[in-house]
Order: sequence, then structure tokens, then C-alpha cells
Amino acid sequence: MLIYIARRLVWTLVVIFVVVLITFVVFFKLPAGDPALRFAGRSPTTAELALIRHRLHLDKPFYTEFGYFVKNFFTGDSNGWPGLGYSYEGDIPVLQEIEQRAPRTLFLIAGAGIIWLIFGVAIGVTSAVKRRSIVDRVAMGFALFGISAPVFWLGLMSLFIFWKELHWTGGSGYVPLTQNPAAFFSHLILPWIVLALLFMAVYARLTRGNLLETLGEDYIRTARAKGLSERAVIFRHGLRASLTPIATIFPLDLAQLVGGAVITETVFNLQGLGWLAVNSVFTQDLPTVLGVVLLGAVCVALANLVADILYAFLDPRVRYA
Amino acid sequence: MSEAGSGATLLEVRDLSVRFRTRDGVVQAVSNLSYTLRRGETLGIVGESGSGKSVSNLATMGLLNRSYTDITGEILFEGTDVLKLRQEQMRRIRGKDIAMIFQDPFASLHPMYRVGKQLAEAVLAHEDVSRDAAWNRAVELLEAVGIPNARARARDYPHQFSGGMRQRVMIAMALVHNPDVLIADEPTTALDVTVQAQILELIDRVKREFDCGVILITHDLGVVAETASHVLVMYAGRPMEYGPAQEIFTGAQHPYTWGLLESMPTVEKRLEILVPIEGSPPSLLHPPSGCPFHPRCKYRFEPCDGERPPLFRLPDGHLDACYLPPERKRELWTKRIGAELGVT
Repeated sequence: MLIYIARRLVWTLVVIFVVVLITFVVFFKLPAGDPALRFAGRSPTTAELALIRHRLHLDKPFYTEFGYFVKNFFTGDSNGWPGLGYSYEGDIPVLQEIEQRAPRTLFLIAGAGIIWLIFGVAIGVTSAVKRRSIVDRVAMGFALFGISAPVFWLGLMSLFIFWKELHWTGGSGYVPLTQNPAAFFSHLILPWIVLALLFMAVYARLTRGNLLETLGEDYIRTARAKGLSERAVIFRHGLRASLTPIATIFPLDLAQLVGGAVITETVFNLQGLGWLAVNSVFTQDLPTVLGVVLLGAVCVALANLVADILYAFLDPRVRYA
Repeated sequence: MSEAGSGATLLEVRDLSVRFRTRDGVVQAVSNLSYTLRRGETLGIVGESGSGKSVSNLATMGLLNRSYTDITGEILFEGTDVLKLRQEQMRRIRGKDIAMIFQDPFASLHPMYRVGKQLAEAVLAHEDVSRDAAWNRAVELLEAVGIPNARARARDYPHQFSGGMRQRVMIAMALVHNPDVLIADEPTTALDVTVQAQILELIDRVKREFDCGVILITHDLGVVAETASHVLVMYAGRPMEYGPAQEIFTGAQHPYTWGLLESMPTVEKRLEILVPIEGSPPSLLHPPSGCPFHPRCKYRFEPCDGERPPLFRLPDGHLDACYLPPERKRELWTKRIGAELGVT
């Protein structure tokens, strides 16, 4: 198992390297403006531009620049490790930018993840157990709504109703937990629910489907034949087998949101990592884009590894060598 | 009925009918079935797939989903009609007084729990003992069904066992509470031929040691021949012939039973004289009129597709649902089937 994990970690590094390389190439093959111009600010002189090009290694072939990026990453820079360089916009260190944005996104994902996991599974189980009843139909109707309702619409509607009209929650924007815990929750509760809704719907349908399939298995009949209570049959035997796939996609869903919760972050003006990535793409801010992409790639690759290890842990039939 | 080997009556099924309401219509899975099981006896229930042999026993276990199943008749277990029991009362009997072994030991054990835990869980379902005591009982039972190194094997998962060993585990699980009735639903069908005999022997040994009654469901008359004291032959959800095993094997009355005997390979019989039963079993959505077997029967005559034949009681107590006159049957048996099988 340890050898397996080690081998997977090496592969993870390869994957991350390739992702960063591709991002780099895309930015150099599709230039929509000169980065040096952006870095220099208003009305620069030709000499200033040449200096900036030289300092940013823009005058060298792209593989040399990529080499500098990799070297800088491993050795660190004046802002510490890993060295991610400076943003072209406003000369802010990328590391500092990410450190500032990351908690917003991480709190958003963590809260939403807890909500969708608990409610998604609970709704799915209820639906499966009360199959074809009114409860099941209402729950699956709700799931269809959750899957089809666009996040930006849900976000704006929820802000309008719960903040503007009812004054139940805080509005858009982010308040750090350490600054004012009550305001922190009050501002995050709507983004949590809105982001969770889509995943909750997916998880509810997945749980329902898996559980119904499991409840048709022979070993469920054996469990009943033993004289176990219906509760033990469903929860101990049915749910145990049907939650394995859910436990393994959960880390992946969380990880892909690290850079991918853009719409929620924008609608609620949370200015997290996804928002940062999209803004940086628009401003051709290569170092910031690379920083976010790198973080996202690391998260997804590690989540993948966690999911595989979790799978082996949950299902004794799966053993990696 | 023969009194050979009779103990106290454990199970009495009276005029049992089971209907499934499906989208396509009502499926008449079991019709007017009656049989008796006594302590110390093995009742072999024989029939093709879809003959209702499993369904009737799932009804006994209370494992049919009553929301789309209609069950009529009575299933008396030690005098109580289990069909009238509430869910919770039935749960207390299930796995304790009536236990069941299923066909496919690969699919019948939970893949994610240790074998010992699954057995211990069966102990705890009906007995208020500590987890350790339940685990020890599990190990004891694994030993009793012949699993070597039982204490260590109890910590293994089902996929680490062979098919035969898994079926032993299933048998151990059924024996946890020393049941009165053990229902074995095709316990050897999914196993290697070499292992089949061992499992049948084990079931027979268990019947004696635990002093219970066994219902052995199978599509293979050969399986029944060794151990059964009585045989019930079913076709299309109906009883065709029912009587002491000895009489079924030496003087079967029903053409369907003959068909089963003729298609049964034995050591003496060469492959080319195995006679298949032509055709296939009828749809239970639209069962044929009269005797359900008449469309496939070589000996059918006028009354067969009219009234459904009742069960005729023969002088030796053996029951048979066929219109052929007894003299004709005797003649056919001696001339053809008996001669072929080497019994007269």
C-alpha cells in the first residue's frame, strides 16, 4: 500500500507538471497583448519596456522562461516558498494574493460540502426507502430543480429574498471569521446553500439510485433472512455498500471547486480563487493564472489519490499493490 | 401418506397461492400448493426455473414484498399461520426458527463485512449477548461446518473464500439459532460438482445433529435422490406429484416426473439416451387451461386441456395430478421409463 501511494505521488507530480506546462504554452501561443505593456503601467518608454521584458524573461524563448518559473518555484523568492513571482497587475506577489483569496474559497467549499453531503445523502436515502411515494416524488422533483436552476439566478434570487426583502442574512461580500464570526456566517450562509444545492441534487439522485440497486442484491435478502430489523438492513447493509462510490467522488468534487466556484464567488462578491483566476485571465496576468492553476491542479491530483485510497479502505475487495 | 421417519409436524402449507401484480398483469406464481414437513425429514421440492419452488419458500420466510404480492392459503409453523403475523413477529421467527440458505453463495454474503461479523450479527439479531460472545459463537459454528482454522478465517472477507466455503458459511449462518426448519434453495447449483456432494452431506449431517426439518429446493432430481424422505414435484406453480421419495423414484406417476427422470444423467446412462423434455415452461401470465404440462406432454389425451386435474390420492398415499388411468401409467412405467432407468 505504501509503495502504491509513493508511486501515485510521483505520478501526481508528473500530472501537475504537465498541467502547468500546458497553461504556460497556451499563454505564449495565444498572446492577446504584450504582458510587458501591462506590467509597465501608463505610457512607458521603450527603454522601460525593454528592461521589463528582460526582467520578466520575456525576451527569451518560452522554454527558458518556463525553466525560470520552475526554478523559482522550487528555490522560492523574496516572498518565501513556493516562489510564484509578482502579479503583472500592481506588482503584488502572487503568493500573497493567493494566501488572501484562499480562505474565502476554502470556507465556501467546506461549508457547502458539509451541507450537500449531509442533505444529499439524507434525501437520497429517504427517497429510496419511500420509493414511489409522495416523499420520493417531491424529493426527486427538488433534485431536478437543483440540477437545472442556474447558480447565478439562484444566487441573485436568494440575495433579493433573504437579504434585501427579509433581512435574514448578510449581503454579498466576505467578512473574515476572526473579525466577526456572526457576520462571517451571515454572509456565507447563502453562498453555501446556493453552491450546495446543485451538488445536493446530484448526490441525492446518486444515493437513491445506488441504494435501490443495493437493496436488490442477494446479500440484502440474506440480511433480512437473518431476522435483522428493517432499519439494520437498510442502514448497516444497504447504505454501507451504496455510500462507497459517494465517498470516493466527494473529495474530487471538493477539489475541483478550489478554482471552479467562479459563479458563486462572483454573484456573492466573495473574490476567492476562482474569481482571481478568471480576472487574471482577462488581464493576461500570467503569474497569477499559473499560481491558481497550480494550486487547483495540486488539489485535484491529491483528491484523486485520496479518493483511491479511501476506496481501498472502504471496499475490502479493492487492494492496490 | 407414509409414516416413515416421521417426527412432529413443523411446517404445514395448506392451499397456498401466490400472485404477483405486475405492470403486464397478474402472475400466478404458485397455485393451490400443500405440503407438510416433519422434524428429521428432508422434503425435496423439484421443478424447473419459474415453477414456484423458491417463491413458496420465500412466502414461508415472509420475504415476499406484500405491497405487490397477494398470498392466500395458510402456512402453519408449529400451529401458527405465519402469513397472519405482523412484520415484527415474523422478524423474530426469521433466522431463528426458520432459516434459509440461498442459491448463490457469491452474492449472498455482504462483500464489505468480515465473515465472522456477519455471523455474529445473526447471533445478535435474536440473542442479547456481548459482541465477544457472539463472535465466539460465530467461530464455533464455522468450525462445526468444517471450515479449517476457523478463528483466523472469521476475520476474512467473503471474497477470500471459495464457493464451497462460502456456502458452508451460509449454512453456519442458518444454524446460529438452531432452527426448526432449514430451507435450502438450490444450495449446490452455483458450486463445482466435486463440492456439491460435500455440501449436500453437510446439510444432511446438520439435519441430524441439529434435529431440524430440511426443505431442499432443486431442479435436479439427482440431488434429492440421496437425502430426501419426501419429494414434491412442481410445474408452473402447481404441485404435480407428491409422495415419499422411495415411491417417486421407483414408481413415479406423473409424465412430468418421468420427463425429469429421463433427462437425469446417471453413471450407467449414456449421454445419447438422455431425453430432454421438449418445449419450455408456460408463461405464468397466461397459463394454459387444464393441466399446465399438457402442451409438452407426450401422453396427453382429451381431458388434459379441459378441467385442471385434481391431485389424485393413490393407494400408497402418494399424490398425483394426472388424468392417465393408473393401469396405463403402470404399463408405461414398466415398459419405458422404469426399464430405461433400470428400476421396475
